Parts: sequence; C-alpha cells; structure tokens
Amino acid sequence: MKTAEEIFNLLKEKFSGSVTEFKTDKPVEPFIIINPLEIDKVCRFLYENSALTFDSLVNLSGVDDANGEKTKDQSGFDIIKGGTLSVWYHLESIKFRHKLVLKTSTDREKPEVASVSEIWNCANWHEREAFDLYGIIFLNHPDLRRILMPYDWETG
Amino acid sequence: MMYDWLYQFTGSSILAMFIVSLLPLFVFILPFALFAVLMERKVSAHMQDRLGPMRVGYHGILQTVADIIKLLQKEDIVAAATDKNLFNLAPVLVFIGSYAAFAAIPFSGVFIGSQIELGLIYIVAVTGLVVAGILMAGWASNNKYSLLGAMRAAAQIISYEIPTLLIILTIIMITGTVSLYTLSEMQTAYFWNWLILGGPETGIQKILFIPLMMAGFLIIYISTLAEVNRTPFDIPEAESELVSGYHTEYSGMKFAMFFLAEYANMFAVSAIVSAIFFGGYQSPFGYLGSALNLPWLIPIEQFSWFTAKGLFFIFVQMWLRWTLPRFRVDQLMEFCWKYLIPMAFVILLLVGLITVL
Amino acid sequence: MALKTEEMVLNMGPQHPSTHGVLRLELQLDGEIISDVIPHIGYLHRCFEKHCEAMTYPQVIPYTDRMDYLASMYNEFGYAIAVEKLMNIQVPERVEYIRVIMGELQRIASHLVALGTYGADLGAFTPFLFCFRDRERILHLFEITCGARLLYNYIWIGGLSHDLHPDFIRLTKEFIKEFRPNLKELNELLSYNKIFIDRTAHVGVLPAEAAINYGITGPNLRASGVKWDLRRDDPYSVYHKFDFEIPVGSGEKGKTGDCWDRYFIRVLEMEQSLKIIEQAIDQIPDGDISSAIPKRVKPPEGQVYARVENPRGELGYFIISDGSVNPYRIKVRAPSFVNLAVMGELCKGHMIADVVAILGSIDIVLGEIDR
Repeated sequence: MKTAEEIFNLLKEKFSGSVTEFKTDKPVEPFIIINPLEIDKVCRFLYENSALTFDSLVNLSGVDDANGEKTKDQSGFDIIKGGTLSVWYHLESIKFRHKLVLKTSTDREKPEVASVSEIWNCANWHEREAFDLYGIIFLNHPDLRRILMPYDWETG
Repeated sequence: MMYDWLYQFTGSSILAMFIVSLLPLFVFILPFALFAVLMERKVSAHMQDRLGPMRVGYHGILQTVADIIKLLQKEDIVAAATDKNLFNLAPVLVFIGSYAAFAAIPFSGVFIGSQIELGLIYIVAVTGLVVAGILMAGWASNNKYSLLGAMRAAAQIISYEIPTLLIILTIIMITGTVSLYTLSEMQTAYFWNWLILGGPETGIQKILFIPLMMAGFLIIYISTLAEVNRTPFDIPEAESELVSGYHTEYSGMKFAMFFLAEYANMFAVSAIVSAIFFGGYQSPFGYLGSALNLPWLIPIEQFSWFTAKGLFFIFVQMWLRWTLPRFRVDQLMEFCWKYLIPMAFVILLLVGLITVL
Repeated sequence: MALKTEEMVLNMGPQHPSTHGVLRLELQLDGEIISDVIPHIGYLHRCFEKHCEAMTYPQVIPYTDRMDYLASMYNEFGYAIAVEKLMNIQVPERVEYIRVIMGELQRIASHLVALGTYGADLGAFTPFLFCFRDRERILHLFEITCGARLLYNYIWIGGLSHDLHPDFIRLTKEFIKEFRPNLKELNELLSYNKIFIDRTAHVGVLPAEAAINYGITGPNLRASGVKWDLRRDDPYSVYHKFDFEIPVGSGEKGKTGDCWDRYFIRVLEMEQSLKIIEQAIDQIPDGDISSAIPKRVKPPEGQVYARVENPRGELGYFIISDGSVNPYRIKVRAPSFVNLAVMGELCKGHMIADVVAILGSIDIVLGEIDR
C-alpha cells in the first residue's frame, strides 16, 4: 500500500512536465494536479505499473470552477468568462488497496481533456456525462454524445 | 342418442341438429369460461397468500360477469395500417378451432355432439385452425412484437402436436377405436378399468401397460399444456417480454373472444385427457342410480363426473402456471424434439410389441 | 449471388413491463440473436446535482432519498457520512448502531424487490408476492420509526431525526424469526427450480477482469468471483465490530459470473444481513441521538469523497465545499449508472428473452442512473 505522497514522488520522476502540484492543505484528501492533455499517459502508467496497479476508476466528475470574471451577456443573464473547468478522478487499486485523487483543469473557452476510456471502460459513460452537463470535450473518446439530456438539447 | 331423442321430439332433423350444436355452447362452455376465469383468479390469489376478487357478489363470484359487461361495451380500436380482413377473421378462427373440438367429446352417456367415428383425429385436425388464426392475428396487427409472438406460438403448437399424436396412436393401438365415445364406454365399472391403469382387459398385458400408460399420460398432459399456451409454455403471450404477444392490438369483444377461446381450449384438452386415460364420464365406483334403481339419475351423475375430472385437470394446469417460471423459446423446442418425441416413440414401440405378443 | 440481409432494430421501452423503470434499450437483432444492445437513459433526469447547489446541506437529504428510491436509507447514510467526514463530526455510538440496523433492513427490502421482480420477469409470478409480503413487514418497521414507508428523511447530518420506537427491537426480532424460513421457501420455489436455472445459468457471463475494468461493484462484482465489499475492505460506521461473511459467486449452477450467480448472491446476502442485524440489536448502547447534530452546517473549504455499500454497489458522494452553507458541487457516483454500461457486452450473442434475464440480474434503479 502506498501513500499519496509516495505516488506523487513516483509520478514526478516519470512525468515531470505533466504533473504539476500536490495539494494537501484543504480537507479531506490530498490530490495531484495534472495537465489535461497528458492525463491519459499518466493514467496508463498508473494502470500498468506493477507496484501501483490502479485497476479501478471509482469516479470521474466534471466541475465548474467559477473562477473567471463575472459579467452579463446580451440578455442580461450573469455569465462567467474565462476561468477553468476541471475534471476530478478518483482511482483505486483493488489489488493493493490504495487510493488516489487526480485533478486536471482546462480553459473554459476551449475545454479539452484527453480521454481515459481506453484504459478503464468505466470512464466511457462518466465522460459522456461530463460532456453533457459541463461541455468538456474528451479527445479520442469513442462515442462522445449526450447521455442524460435529450440528444438534440441546445445549450444556453 | 341425444340427437335421436330430439329428432323424435321435434320431428325435424334440422331443428334437432341446431339444438344439439348450440346446447354445449350456451349451456356449458360459455358459463364454464366465466367460471374458469374466476377460478383462475381465486386459485392464483390463494396460492400467493392474498384473497383475489372480493367485492363483486359474495366473495367476488360475479366478477367475471362484470368483466364481460365491461368488455362488451368497450370501443373496438383497430389500428389504421392493419390488414382489416385478416384482423377481423383471426379471433373468429381461433374460437372456432377451440369450440369445434367439443363436437366429438362425450359429455355423458347420452349426450355427444356428433356420432363421428373419427373422434380423436377430427379433434386434432380441427384444433389446427387455431394455428392459422394466431398467425393471422400476429401478421395483421402490423406490429413487430405481435409478429414475433405469433411465429413463436405457431412453432410451439405445431411442434407439440407430434407427441400428442404419437400418444393417441398408442391408444388406438391398444383399444382399436378412435371415437372418444367408445373409449369412454370401454372404461366402465370401476377405476380398475381405466386406461391409465392398463385398460379393461385383464391379464399380463394390463400389468405391463401400467408404467407405459402413466408415462404416456404425462407426455400428453405436457404437450397439451404447450398447445394451449399455458405457462411454463406461454412464450407467445409472455407479458414481460412481448407486452402481450399476438393479441396486443386487440380490444373489446375481439379480445374477449381470444380470452374465452383460451379457457375453452383448456377445458377441451382436459376433457380429452380425462376421456382417454381416466374414463371420461365414468364414475370410479359405480353409480348411485343403479344402486337406487333410478335409471334417469345415471346420465346426470356421469355429467357431474365428467365436469369434476375436467375441473381437476384445469386446477392442475393453473397450479403449474402460478408455480413455475417460463421456458425460453429454444429450450421449449429442445424439450419437445429431443425429449418428448423420442420418449413418445419408445412408448409407441413398446406398447406395439406388448400388444402383438 | 448472396442474399442481402439486414439487421432488425427492436425497441424495448421506455414503457415496458420489464425494464424496471423508464429505460430504452435499442436491440440490434439478427433473427433472434442479439448483435448489440444500446441503452438510452435520461428519461428520469431531474437535475439533482444542480439543484443541491441552491440548498443548504441538511435540505439535500430528502433529495438523496429520491435517487435510489428502493434503498433510501443507504443514500442518506452515504451523504451523512460524507458531510460528517468533511466537518470532522463524531456521532454517538447509538446513532451508528441504529444507522447500521436501518441500513441492513433496507438492504433486505431492496433485495426482496430485486428478486421478486426478477422472478416475475421470467414468468414465475408467485415468488414476487411472497417477497413483497415480507417486504411489507420491513416497511412497517420503518413506518413506526420515522413515519414513512419509502422515502424517509431519517438519517441526518450528525445524527438521526427520531430515536427508535419502544416496540422496534421486539418487532425486529419477530421479523427475523419469521423471515429465515421464508428464505428457505424462496430457495425451494425459485432458486433451485430447474426451469429458472435453465433460464439464468450460463447467460450473461461477466469475467472478473472485465467487471473490475467496467467499474462494476456490489453483488454483481462479487458474483464474478472478486471478494470486494466496502463494509469489509473500506469500513465505515461500526461495521468492523460485526462478524459476517462475504458470499462470492462460484459458478455453482453454470459459469462464475452468470445471471444465476448474481441472483443467488443476493439471496445469500440477505442471510448475512440478518446476522448483522441480530448482532447489532444485541450490542446497541444507550445514548442521545441528537447530541452531535450541528446547529448550522457550514463545512470548511475542501472536498471529500465518501462511499457506502448500497444494495446495488458502491454509492459514492463527491462533495466540494466552498465554505458556505450551500454545497458547491455534489457529484453522486451511482452504482446502477456504472453497472448498466456493461449491458452491451453481456448481451452479445444471446437471445431477446435473455436480455430480460440479464437486465433483471444487474438490478438497476432508474432514479439513481438519471438522478
């Protein structure tokens, strides 16, 4: 069983460019921030490495960080320009019983994140939901379309 | 003999024929179907630890009457894209196929609809009309589900006719007659003479027949259960898979005809099985009428025995329906072709050998 | 010249007797054999996650009930644990024991619905009514505790809404005594019935590796042979104090991971739940159930992911708080949402009748898929 600290050090050695930060200040769990376009390589390493073997993706959530500037659009509604949209990954290893939390952030105007559905089939529907409700586009996803809203739902 | 008596009574053969053919329908089958629907609901309810219909009449006795009145006054909805002629013809054919079988079934010692010598073969032939009716219903409904249901029903009924016929052939070999009336007359006096226990002729043959007859009875009971589309063979009307199978698109009186035809069919096959194996209308212990020297009592007793045996087999059919899950369509076919038909053949051969030797 | 054939597309649902809710299954058929099953969901989407952002933390609890409406106690349990972890609240022991008892009773009720409707889908109508008769007794126990039969609003952040009714323990002991023979009856009627076994064994086999990769959890994962139960492997509340077994599928009647295994695991789990309830009733301490309920729920800024073992799998709550009284983001990891994705894989090569069997064995509730 490895702690999050050890895993972070392991990742920092291998992917020094993509792995950005290790946040431990706020409750409850510490998380690692990763570049959005490199997340699939990092995840594949986490999946295949024999000491880590993160064989189960527990959760994948899209989050709107609401950290841009708040303005009003033409119809007078409050909108946010700029800022980021994030995707949080909760990984687990059934073999070794350790857990990990990852986060990637991407621009609101061009939200592109690499898809991990090749590695874990579980991610397929979760990414579709993040695309549907937050508009985050997952590159290389086999079937990116709406899942909860009607297929012809127009945004805005 | 009912026909002869009526002919003497009315003096016109046409009137006599008319009455003889309508009598079973109105006096027996329709009231019986009403009763059978109620029986099914009450039997299923008590087996499932609940009460069933309780409000209409005393403990729900008039429930079916209320249902029939409701069905009669419903709007007859016909979808626009159906084949109108076939759509309207299908329930009629199914009902005719089920009902026409009653012409050759003896209700008591004096009443049989038609004195046809070919009794059993006529019955098997005429119930084939049901298959045509079902296929018409499925095709004309213009609905994928109905078509699937109808094709499955047709495959099932045609396959399960074969074990039925094989067992009937076995009976013909033993008794030398096809008429149900003669078959019932043969099994007189005590239950020892019933065909399930070897038949009226005593001797080593009778003892050897007993296990074969019991196996034959099981085979024909199961096959006729499949022919009337009852669970565990009710794939064609499997509610949870195909909504309602081939009668999905029917409403009102036409649906009522399918419904009544199913219960009439159930009684017809129960009556046939009891006539072949269990002595038909004969009583197992002799008649109260002959003991008390009242000869007019005997036909009444025979009729009540006939009804009682039919009701018992229907009760067993309902019991099976509410206990067992449903077969899948390929398992159903496998059961028929790989198990029932070889067994029926073996019984045929063995009985033939024993009869010859 | 080859004959041109086309695949038939058959649509099951959204209104259909066996799809367990508003689910649309698009079946691509080659005669009676299925080449693909595409589930279409979203008919019950009620924007639960967005809605929660406008309410305070305690006000979210009735909304969590309505997600998996057949296992409401567990939804509340998971949410309460998540917020308590974020705020670092220690609940009294009596509260923990009562939560476990309610949770396990809810697990039995939920499995009874799953098994009853599974039998009814396959044509066995009678076990359905027997299961519901037993479920009525459990719902009566819930009713005398908190007044509701299906959607309780009972497990609050930091405690419970009502203490146990004075008759509760006695009635629960009676229920356990009368339920054990009924479980045996259910086994004789349905589980070991040859026709039922023929319909479910060797159908929809899910290998263990594929199950872990697809994120399947709960009885479905254990039926494929993986011994993974959150009550044992990531314990929450007071589950570490109880002695119970984790039944695992063994391919007894067919292959490991087929529909019969998934069905039978649930029967065995009900037995284990009875054991846990008996131990909990013996060990339950006295105390005040509302001593730890905070007057104002204002968690510090941060995020938490907490999970419980729902009757259907792993139910997880990912809550992001920005320090105010309204949650910033609540993401619910619903087990049925993840379990349903594997339908396409499982149904390939089977027949239409098997789709019904496989869907029933996965045991989904549309309320939690669509939220």
